[in-house]
Amino acid sequence: MSAIELNNLNIAYSSVQVVHGASLTVEEGESFALVGESGSGKSTILKAICGLNDEWTGEIKLYGEKVDPRKRADISRISQMVFQDPYGSLHPRKTVDTTLSEPLTIHGIKDNGDRVVEMLNAVGLDQRYRFRFPHQMSGGQRQRVAIARALMLKPKLMLLDEPTSALDVSVQAEILNLLKQLRKDQNLTFLLVTHDLPVVSFLCDRLAVMKKGKIVEIATRDQLAKGTFNEPYSQELYQASKHEHVA
Amino acid sequence: MSQKLLEVEDLRVTFPTHQGDVEVVKGISFDLGRERLAIVGESGSGKSMTGRAILKLIRSPGRVTAKKFVFDGIDLNKQSERQMRKLRGARISMVMQDPKFSLNPVLSIEDQIAEALRTHQTLTRKELDEKVLHMLEQVRINDPARVAKLYPHEVSGGMGQRIMIAMMLIPEPDLLIADEPTSALDVSVQAQVLDLIDNLIREKGMGLILISHDLNLVANYADRVLVMNAGEIVEQRDAADLQNATHPYTQGLLNAMPRLDETRDELPTLDRTQWAAT
Repeated sequence: MSAIELNNLNIAYSSVQVVHGASLTVEEGESFALVGESGSGKSTILKAICGLNDEWTGEIKLYGEKVDPRKRADISRISQMVFQDPYGSLHPRKTVDTTLSEPLTIHGIKDNGDRVVEMLNAVGLDQRYRFRFPHQMSGGQRQRVAIARALMLKPKLMLLDEPTSALDVSVQAEILNLLKQLRKDQNLTFLLVTHDLPVVSFLCDRLAVMKKGKIVEIATRDQLAKGTFNEPYSQELYQASKHEHVA
Repeated sequence: MSQKLLEVEDLRVTFPTHQGDVEVVKGISFDLGRERLAIVGESGSGKSMTGRAILKLIRSPGRVTAKKFVFDGIDLNKQSERQMRKLRGARISMVMQDPKFSLNPVLSIEDQIAEALRTHQTLTRKELDEKVLHMLEQVRINDPARVAKLYPHEVSGGMGQRIMIAMMLIPEPDLLIADEPTSALDVSVQAQVLDLIDNLIREKGMGLILISHDLNLVANYADRVLVMNAGEIVEQRDAADLQNATHPYTQGLLNAMPRLDETRDELPTLDRTQWAAT
């Protein structure tokens, strides 16, 4: 069964249509990337899938079931999102413990803190961070908290919106390793939005290239490594990335 | 690199805190000719502070000290705030990271660029307009006459950054400091903006200090690279020679980056204890 199935998805913000007839399938356990420039509609697709935006037509299926944007709670049991900016996505006046317990309270799950301890361990944060506030932690540590929060409800699907682009290279490496490890351990499916092709090469099996709200090409990691895209636009993105690289 | 544009020796930037003084730049020294120098490092390494210190833009209670601090024969240590204001913009200027926050939202592009020029020179309106349009053409903006009338919110990020570059280069400074000039831009636009800076620098024979966290970018757009960590310069290298870096910190940074044809299962991460003692 496929984890995500998009059929002819159209998304509009008021009268401006930002995604035009996007269709794609992500298999269970796969790691899939959406790449493109800003404004190409990649984050918009992510928001539609997790129910943050219900202004869409077409069809979204998660694990074979049609998504109904009115049933947000159901969606969040299956899929969770990690945002770009760890400085903006954590509540500044809530401790790590409160932040992590909140999803459990919302979904009425009784738990005496075991899950919080377990998840802190899973993302490699020491227990002493449990009662800290976001401003007492570094960017990398905050992103670990955001990942832990996304994992609290044991989702099968993680939606990652530029999870490392606000971080330093060395911290980015730590977070990428963590995501790869978690995917293996917990058998997760990833849908990653990024503009960074090397990150895709490290973390993903396939990618969709987007331009102005349309998917122009779906390619494999092999094609990315060798730079053998079929569409000129994808090739252009690849060259821009390659141009910048030292080794 | 015949004459030296900037000489810095033992530059220190200190901020007082409740726990005593914290030194964010710990006595660094470097020279700059009419060349392209890059300062690379992670957040908190002191690279931006170094850039600001050169313009004496560190506000009290922060303190800047240096044994030698000379720009083109002018001792920056001895310059008053008023004299500095004459240098800033006219002789040394700075391109900031984010055009969204660095352009004045209530001034049109035209007025904004003209302001940079008017501060330092007296020109007639006609001369000003001509210079502004010419500068906009130089930063490769299509239809400069139309763009000149627009306001910052009406232009894209890449265009905003080009406008900022126009603004900084119009007084024809000798030294341009670019602090993360492209990190707020898309990958495809980044290359355009950097090529543009590069061309203008070469044409006008200026000096450039490129401050960035991105080693790849720096390798392509600088002649020399200083790698900073925790307020110190840990390594100096020619950009072409960057792969052969010997300091563990630089090597760590290079290895931590994923590649386009990635085959490693795990990325090596920095062991921060390794050089903490040095």
